[in-house]
Amino acid sequence: MIGISMRSRPLWIGTAVLASIGAIAATLLMWRPAIAPVERPRTFDSVQLQRGARVVEAGDCAVCHTRPGGPYLAGGLPLVTPFGTLYSTNITPDPQTGIGQWSLPAFERAMREGIARDGHFLYPAFPYVHYRRMTAGDIEDAYAYLMSGPAVHAPARQNRMSFPMSIRSLVTFWNLLFLHGEPLTPVAQQSAAWNRGRYLVEGPGHCAGCHSPLNLIGAEKSGASLAGGTVDGWEAPSLLGMGRRANAWRYDQLVSYLRGEVVDGHGTAAGPMRPVSLSLARLPVGDAQAIAEYLLSLPARTVITEVPPADANAGASDQTTGALLFASACAGCHGPAAPMREIDERPSLDRTSSLQAPSPRNFLKAVLEGVPATPGMPGPVMPPFAASLDNDQLIALASYLRRQARPDQPWTDLSSTLEAIRQETK
Amino acid sequence: MTQVTLNVNGSAQTLDLEPDMPLLYALRNHLGLNGAKYGCGLGQCGACTVIVDDKPVFSCVTPCAGLGGKQVRTVESLGTAEHPGPLQKAFIEKQAAQCGYCIAGMLMRAQSLLESNPQPDEQTIREYMVGNLCRCGTHLRVIDAISLVARQNGSAP
Repeated sequence: MIGISMRSRPLWIGTAVLASIGAIAATLLMWRPAIAPVERPRTFDSVQLQRGARVVEAGDCAVCHTRPGGPYLAGGLPLVTPFGTLYSTNITPDPQTGIGQWSLPAFERAMREGIARDGHFLYPAFPYVHYRRMTAGDIEDAYAYLMSGPAVHAPARQNRMSFPMSIRSLVTFWNLLFLHGEPLTPVAQQSAAWNRGRYLVEGPGHCAGCHSPLNLIGAEKSGASLAGGTVDGWEAPSLLGMGRRANAWRYDQLVSYLRGEVVDGHGTAAGPMRPVSLSLARLPVGDAQAIAEYLLSLPARTVITEVPPADANAGASDQTTGALLFASACAGCHGPAAPMREIDERPSLDRTSSLQAPSPRNFLKAVLEGVPATPGMPGPVMPPFAASLDNDQLIALASYLRRQARPDQPWTDLSSTLEAIRQETK
Repeated sequence: MTQVTLNVNGSAQTLDLEPDMPLLYALRNHLGLNGAKYGCGLGQCGACTVIVDDKPVFSCVTPCAGLGGKQVRTVESLGTAEHPGPLQKAFIEKQAAQCGYCIAGMLMRAQSLLESNPQPDEQTIREYMVGNLCRCGTHLRVIDAISLVARQNGSAP
């Protein structure tokens, strides 16, 4: 009987069953339950809050979740991605517009799986692929700290993502591919500082978020973690083999750099690294030391870089103009006899990382945008030259300084890089 | 020496200059426009701020060569002692100058802000003006004066 009835069923029933199973599987994949709202906790352990403040600082939460001039952690910073513009959200404990109704399990799920309390998928611009590697203790401390802060009513701004990335639940397939990695556990053979550094780099600090190349769907390329990427038009250089490359980093230089100081031989953090380094400066010095120890232990990755054919004449034409421009616009701070060199540690430019780098991008970005003042923080300030120097002058200046820094390797892509940067910042 | 044509406050002037001369020196020493001041010479204080096209620049670190074809505006373009412009009037009304050395630079940076954003809020003003320092400490009055013009722009028909 059974055999007969099976044979008599039309083929489409089988197809329909398979399709339903597929649809149910997809729905299950794209659905996450809400976690019940809670009353915001009101009492806190002050020691835990101190620990939590450090975790939040190490995680650079405020770097994205505070817009310039906006209230602390209330979100609203635009993040420009290849798939559209996202706005960071309010992570103050406001019950309506922030995370005031989130329980610790809801917060931990967001940190480890990228799911909001109400079950919607968060975009991976929020670095849960890295935060998932944090210890439960750190996540709990961060939760306590965030819940203890002032609640700010600040509704999320509407994201402007292009189709199909505008469909949040599709992030589930991204997660299937890229969401892995367990909480970090110490490596027994390594020092406590090394392990702390690895934890900060791979976990809360999420350095690979900027310092890795991304694939076509915006995930870090596998096997290329920390091998260098780009962010906001700046090069985030490779963090591999830092101690052994040309213009190598010494431990003490890297510690100072990580804390926003000016380092002779490398310069100072600019662009998107500036707020990160100022965050690190607020943490105990041991954290920057640990990061430096860990980073300097990372071996270089053998990569075949395309070296543009050396053209001995490239950059040779404009040396006089470049020298004059340097004297006029830069030498006041960066010239050999400048008092700023003595009293305020302005670097000699030929040894800065940006002039030593294979690409002129960061040099040009630094000259165009300068190093803006951070209200309330001491530190170097460099004026922006975008309106003071035209393209021809910038090219002459860059090729002159590059010749001082790397006479053997003139930049041959100055004008195209400059044009690209001008387009990006329009 | 090279010939450089500068377009300052609407009139073109051809000058014989060292090509590395910063704009500030040409304005003061060659054109007699003494509003912009030499403060630090390092682009750190803002006393020398002028407007090039529509952006504020530190004229002490802006080379003259390369400014051909661009419109330079100094504080002298905003008004005169007899007929001060709206921003200058507001600075006077709010008594925003003490020794006054930084004020020409303050005015020009504020002017460029108000041209691109006629009604900035106080936070925007504070952020925009961060590159201009006053050692007498008149910053709060400077902000008041700019805010006054922003309010006037809001109530204008």
